[in-house]
Amino acid sequence: MNEAVTTPMIESMPILAFAVQAAFVMVMAGVVLSFLRLVKGPSLPDRVVALDTMTVLIVAFCGLFVFESGSTAFLDVAVVLALIGFLATVALARFIERKTIAPTPVEKEHPDA
Amino acid sequence: MLELFLSACVLLGGFFAFIAGLGLLRLPDVLIRMHATTKAGTLASGLIMLAVAAGIGDAPTIARAVLIVVFLLITAPVAAHMIGRAAFRSGVPLWAPTKVDPTAAAKLGVAPRHEAGPKP
Repeated sequence: MNEAVTTPMIESMPILAFAVQAAFVMVMAGVVLSFLRLVKGPSLPDRVVALDTMTVLIVAFCGLFVFESGSTAFLDVAVVLALIGFLATVALARFIERKTIAPTPVEKEHPDA
Repeated sequence: MLELFLSACVLLGGFFAFIAGLGLLRLPDVLIRMHATTKAGTLASGLIMLAVAAGIGDAPTIARAVLIVVFLLITAPVAAHMIGRAAFRSGVPLWAPTKVDPTAAAKLGVAPRHEAGPKP
């Protein structure tokens, strides 16, 4: 891309600099709590929901890092991350559904599922 | 003035991101957790992308921020619906006060609850 790394705009805005640091702490706390759910989640859908949440929160983290670094290239990272996260979630949901209900005899009476 | 607006958006976004993580860890049931995380996580990303678009302010940045927000608003309900459907059909145990229609399993064409095999 053609964008150069400019001076971060938080250097002329001290309140925004503090707000960005505080938001970094809170977003990382959210990611850590999601990761705890990912580790201890009792079922597979719990883990998929935790992974989806982590993806959305890392998109928010990329937005904060634009303020921190002054480079808008991280918005491209956020676009790709949102796309990949959605595809991963849909694929895992299909996997859970197919794995659990395919062998049941009830499924054969209603093949429209 | 712009600085205060950007700071408010960034702090609210961080707060909702923390709420999403906290709800994901503390709520009792996969469907309730999903409600907490999809709404709060999308709102957190939307607020932070609003701050980025208002703060940087040139055309490519605004275009990409709007693209991210629109994409999240389109895909988050679809993904949440698919995970919720998969969780219900696979017989994940729900919170005890949850009332489920007793004919729901037959209507959905799935095996009755708690017969989908042991969970690890």
